[in-house]
Amino acid sequence: MKSAVIVFPGSNREGDVARALTVISGRAPAMIWHADSALPAGTDLVVLPGGFSYGDYLRCGAIAARAPIMGAVRAHAGRGGLVLGICNGFQILCEAGLLPGVLMRNAALKFICHDVFLRVERSDTPFTRRYNAGDVIRVPAANGEGNYIADAETLARLEGEGRVLFRYTSPEGKLDPAYNFNGATNAIAGILSEKLNVLGLMPHPENHVDPLVGATDGRGLFESIETALEEAA
Amino acid sequence: MKARVTVTLKSGVLDPQGKAIEGALKSLGIAGVESVRQGKVFDVELAGNDRNKAETALKAACERLLANTVIENYRVEVLG
Repeated sequence: MKSAVIVFPGSNREGDVARALTVISGRAPAMIWHADSALPAGTDLVVLPGGFSYGDYLRCGAIAARAPIMGAVRAHAGRGGLVLGICNGFQILCEAGLLPGVLMRNAALKFICHDVFLRVERSDTPFTRRYNAGDVIRVPAANGEGNYIADAETLARLEGEGRVLFRYTSPEGKLDPAYNFNGATNAIAGILSEKLNVLGLMPHPENHVDPLVGATDGRGLFESIETALEEAA
Repeated sequence: MKARVTVTLKSGVLDPQGKAIEGALKSLGIAGVESVRQGKVFDVELAGNDRNKAETALKAACERLLANTVIENYRVEVLG
């Protein structure tokens, strides 16, 4: 797998995701500066990492979404290339219009940082084929603005087309407001683009890939991407 | 030429910051506060004297960056 991690001023999880990609695929990603205008030839996967690009100025992800490199990311997505946006990366994808909706301030107004439980809604996507639909995974979350909202029409489309890939649930996989820690509409934690090749999610699967930290539930996402790319090759 | 752009949340969009400010105003005992919605103001200096051109440019600025029209409305005032 040939991956590229985009680094914006204020990104801070690029090292975590680079490490996860290296551990799982055996190949380190190219680290691409936001002011560049091209991706390395043959890039399979583009990752927009977590952090606080531009200090969250204006709106989370708003300025990063207009960075020079985003033209190349948009073109890559347009060709059906895989794009993964985690946390601030998800916010950037929404601001760039590559995914619908917005991430608003958490309903409780607090920055929340702890493990959360995600239900995998389907396994027939490039990002989840190594999970089963209905699996519940435990991964860390760390965000102040992770409260997903979209207009009613967009939500109906996302739900109707099966584009909600991860939802916040209880450890047993039950919808429960107590576990929807940021107040996201329909407990949405992650969504897909129309062609299922762009994924944005708030929590951090890249931080649960090593048994040393106590859980490896995030590995499946990166293993899925690798499997999907091998199958497509 | 000076202009002011005001960006506000659309009605119906949850505004937790506005709610927190509202709570703080009430706890200060400011009389008569019923609700607060917060927003942003941008004061922009523009080259030239053509008001129509300025308005067009600022609308483009709002659509492309200053406002997220999924959740926000904007208003452009060219002050001259």
